[in-house]
Amino acid sequence: MDFNDSPEEAAYREKARKWLEENAAEHKSTSANGRRPNSPEHMALAKQWQAKKAENGYACITWPKEWGGGGGTPIQSVIFGQEEGKVGVNYGYFTIGLGMCVPTVMAFADAETKTRFVGPAMRGEEIWCQLFSEPAGGSDVAASRTRAVKDGDEWVINGQKVWTTGAQYSDYGILLVRTDPDVPKHKGMTMFWIDMHDPAVEVRPIHQASGGSEFNEVYFTDLRVKDSQRLGNVGDGWKVALVTLMNERLAVGGSSGPDYKTIMELARQTDGIKDGAFRDKLADWYVAAEGLKLTRFRTMTALSKGQTPGPESSIGKIIAANQMQEMSNYGVEMEDQYGVLVDPAEAPLQAAFQQSLLWAPGLRIAGGTDEILKNIIAERVLGLPGDVRVDKDVAFKDVPTGR
Amino acid sequence: MNFDYSDDQKFLKDEARKFLEARSPTSAVRVVLNDADISYDKALWKAVAEQGWLGAAIPEEHGGLGLGHVELCAIAEELGRSLAPIPFASTVYFVAEAIMLAGNDEQKSYLLPKIAAGEIIGCYATSEGPGAVDGGSLNCTVSGGKLNGVKIPVTDGDIADVALVLASEGGRPGLFLVDLNDASVTRETLKSLDPTRSVAKLTFKDAPVKAVGAAGEGWTITEQVFDRAAVLLAFEQVGGAGKCLEMAKEYALERYAFGRVIGSYQAIKHKLADMYVKNEVARSNAYYGAWALNTNAAELPAAAAAARIAGSEAYWFASKENIQTHGGMGFTWEVDCHLYYRRSRQLALVAGGPKVWKERLVSQLERRNAA
Repeated sequence: MDFNDSPEEAAYREKARKWLEENAAEHKSTSANGRRPNSPEHMALAKQWQAKKAENGYACITWPKEWGGGGGTPIQSVIFGQEEGKVGVNYGYFTIGLGMCVPTVMAFADAETKTRFVGPAMRGEEIWCQLFSEPAGGSDVAASRTRAVKDGDEWVINGQKVWTTGAQYSDYGILLVRTDPDVPKHKGMTMFWIDMHDPAVEVRPIHQASGGSEFNEVYFTDLRVKDSQRLGNVGDGWKVALVTLMNERLAVGGSSGPDYKTIMELARQTDGIKDGAFRDKLADWYVAAEGLKLTRFRTMTALSKGQTPGPESSIGKIIAANQMQEMSNYGVEMEDQYGVLVDPAEAPLQAAFQQSLLWAPGLRIAGGTDEILKNIIAERVLGLPGDVRVDKDVAFKDVPTGR
Repeated sequence: MNFDYSDDQKFLKDEARKFLEARSPTSAVRVVLNDADISYDKALWKAVAEQGWLGAAIPEEHGGLGLGHVELCAIAEELGRSLAPIPFASTVYFVAEAIMLAGNDEQKSYLLPKIAAGEIIGCYATSEGPGAVDGGSLNCTVSGGKLNGVKIPVTDGDIADVALVLASEGGRPGLFLVDLNDASVTRETLKSLDPTRSVAKLTFKDAPVKAVGAAGEGWTITEQVFDRAAVLLAFEQVGGAGKCLEMAKEYALERYAFGRVIGSYQAIKHKLADMYVKNEVARSNAYYGAWALNTNAAELPAAAAAARIAGSEAYWFASKENIQTHGGMGFTWEVDCHLYYRRSRQLALVAGGPKVWKERLVSQLERRNAA
């Protein structure tokens, strides 16, 4: 039992570190604007850095070399990500495209389409987003109502997607739509790739409860796509979507926001450190955070041995999101009346606890709610049966709907 | 990254599981549970000694197998899972570890081979009454090489041959080795939350003792011994908690209510998912403790505390929710659920309860932050 790289992993890490040392500095944000995510400067730096990585086989480490990938292993990808994080050049813009959308294109599109899209995506020239969630289908993705109707060699699409990360800067997207409402819901869907710059596509930012606007609604009004933009067979959209979701990248990064050290710092400032109730809580938070970090080490061990980590990685977000919410609130309450202040200039530690308090409800929902993740653990890890589904054998158009 | 049991350790663990499934089924555990005159499973104790497990982490020069502590952790996980009703923890995690840590050469060469061979049972006596022990105000005292006072409760105190006793000498805490078969010692078996692990009241009247470790160091040594024991106990907790989750799952898959298996209701699925999350957190923290124990790392005190806190929480949660999942059947004497519920309490208290360990952990974090 140890935390050391194998000799091959150590050699790869050394090589990656050396390369990052020589190349990363010039792609690091230095100006205030350049450090602000979603600013044009930040995006430009990210694209330059992605192109540099692609040139050297670091953009998509596990992809085959024939597609411009690194031909490497998942553990190498994790190692590179760790080292990249240390030098402060990881930009999030390409994660969804390269982690989920483009692999789906590679699995289901024809040779011409693949040749057209894989390279530009890898080099950061084109960004992709994933258009699955809908107002009536969040946890229940297969409840998609966005409708595609065949018209000659084209499909005409109308409807709405929601919570689309990166839609505002994406060039292309993969879109899950309803093509046959007369069959049960899992059987009547189809997947397409679409051009996000088409005038029939309208992206509207969501004003989130946290006050920010990181996510979007996307509306389609008579959007016409060619049948050649179809990914997989008509009616196989759900199977294609499962492939997309299976490609979801292994999250290896630490969670952001205040941690046990931050709240210890606050406790010292507010004289809360000697409070027995606080110390009790602090121990619990530390143990959970360590448990999460160490569970990632176990996942890395599995990767290192060439095994596939199972769905047990879904414990990560359940712990991290709930802990963030609980700890933020504890921090805010520790500040007492002062805790209501949210201005970074006034609130302790640049309002770290207030900001994560407002963000935490979103984290408990995004990428699978606590409840869905628990279902996944119960069904896929423990082998318990799925819930009774009243909509399973009913034509989609006859499935009861509420709001 | 190699943060897992090795293949050899996995093999050892698999063999231990098979062995204990054959030798320590719950029907055998219940013999100790149901008969107040039986304090432990003597046949199992003998068999475990023959397997060499008692000396797994004892060096070969002292009659052990000279394996590492990770191997002992693997065995501990299976002992916890099987509820083995034997004085393994007292003898191995506490006494053998204390002697290896602080004993002199004579004590090591006398005691360790006997422990490894299963010839003597040991116990570690610190508690004197309700509330946490801190080494500061001890009623047991040593003067002129003689021990006087009462220790209660002492796990395995009724069956042990030797005890390590925390007692005050000249106003400072010391650790002392006592022969419990001496006429100066009176033992009384007491009723416990977990009758599968016996406890006793030990009364010393001018009992002859030998010091273990330097004078005045008794509490410091005890804290170090407890750190080591905490990691090993955490593996027993992980083993027990894992078994509870398995039992709950199996029952949820065969019990029908309202026309379908109860395992298809989200109320049950989410309960079991919560168990799984806590169990994984406990396992990961226990592994880190095993690493720290095996390498004698400076992180051991924090790692041991985290392992113990997570292990205690996971086993408590899994054992109580296992009963809940079993419904009314879970509250009967005949169904095994309560054996784990009882053992989860015994393990959580035996080296000091969670409150003490949380404080120890936070003190470590403060020290780390100050450094």
